[in-house]
Amino acid sequence: MTTTACFIIVSRNDIPIYEAEVGSAAKREDAAQLHQFILHAALDIVQDLAWTTSAMFLKAIDRFNDLVVSVYVTAGHTRFMLLHDSRNDDGIKSFFQEVHELYIKILLNPLYLPGSRITSSHFDTKVRALARKYL
Amino acid sequence: MIGVGKIKQYSNILDKPLSKGKQEVSLSAFAFLFSELVQYNQTQVDNIAELERRLEDAGYAVGARVLELLCHRDKGNRRETRLLGILSFVHSTVWKVLFGKVADSLEKGTEHEDEYMISEKELLVNKFISIPKDMGTFNCGAFVAGIVRGVLDGAGFPAVVTAHFVPMEGQQRPRTTILIKFAEEVLRREARLG
Repeated sequence: MTTTACFIIVSRNDIPIYEAEVGSAAKREDAAQLHQFILHAALDIVQDLAWTTSAMFLKAIDRFNDLVVSVYVTAGHTRFMLLHDSRNDDGIKSFFQEVHELYIKILLNPLYLPGSRITSSHFDTKVRALARKYL
Repeated sequence: MIGVGKIKQYSNILDKPLSKGKQEVSLSAFAFLFSELVQYNQTQVDNIAELERRLEDAGYAVGARVLELLCHRDKGNRRETRLLGILSFVHSTVWKVLFGKVADSLEKGTEHEDEYMISEKELLVNKFISIPKDMGTFNCGAFVAGIVRGVLDGAGFPAVVTAHFVPMEGQQRPRTTILIKFAEEVLRREARLG
């Protein structure tokens, strides 16, 4: 079953620090830009919602046609956003939690400036592997 | 073979599991490192204010990381959204992990609505430091003030945090107070959330 999924990590200052198309469907050039546009438009909703709850996983917060945006907010207000067409809530939650651990390990690097782009190829490999496993 | 068990070698930090946080660092090692940090910065600046700012910036980087790590490790992935919540998080959890004990006291300022104070009889970083008379009001606790500012800023509560000495009668060394002054938007949001 092919799934579309676009994963973005947005820092506290609303700057994307990591993006990846992790769906198993064939990648189309215009689809990637549309996905990023939808995710950025959902940022406003996340901002309001983040202050109403102390949980980190804010399920599905926005929809576009048949694509759903799910968001996970960390303690430092870094947002993990996933645009997808599946309904697998538990899988998505586990995916977010695993990526959160990876993100903390990157953050603990004293030479990493918080809020800057994540350029590690190993991180990229691991995120894609997690996406294949959970999504 | 006189052997130790085979230790798994990780090629990349991302493969290693996050530590449980039970490890302790020797106080002398930290004091030595901190004294070098202060001395190095002293050679780089011309005045006290700049030195304090540099120590604060060093602490800010620590604070940002401590916030994420502790929320994940000790608080089971719950974020703090209220003012009192984040203050008690700093006062207990952060202090316990960094200094081995909770802070001595957390008080609300009487003159202004947006001021809070965390007091400590003897701040760990100041334990082996004495300030010469000609440096006036300089306080190496600016490093800890930076850590607190990093935690508050990361959690979405921007504030100005400073460290002050408060002389106490009957005690030779003055008490250290970390003064936290929250920004306007924090108070407005707190009022809005009710």
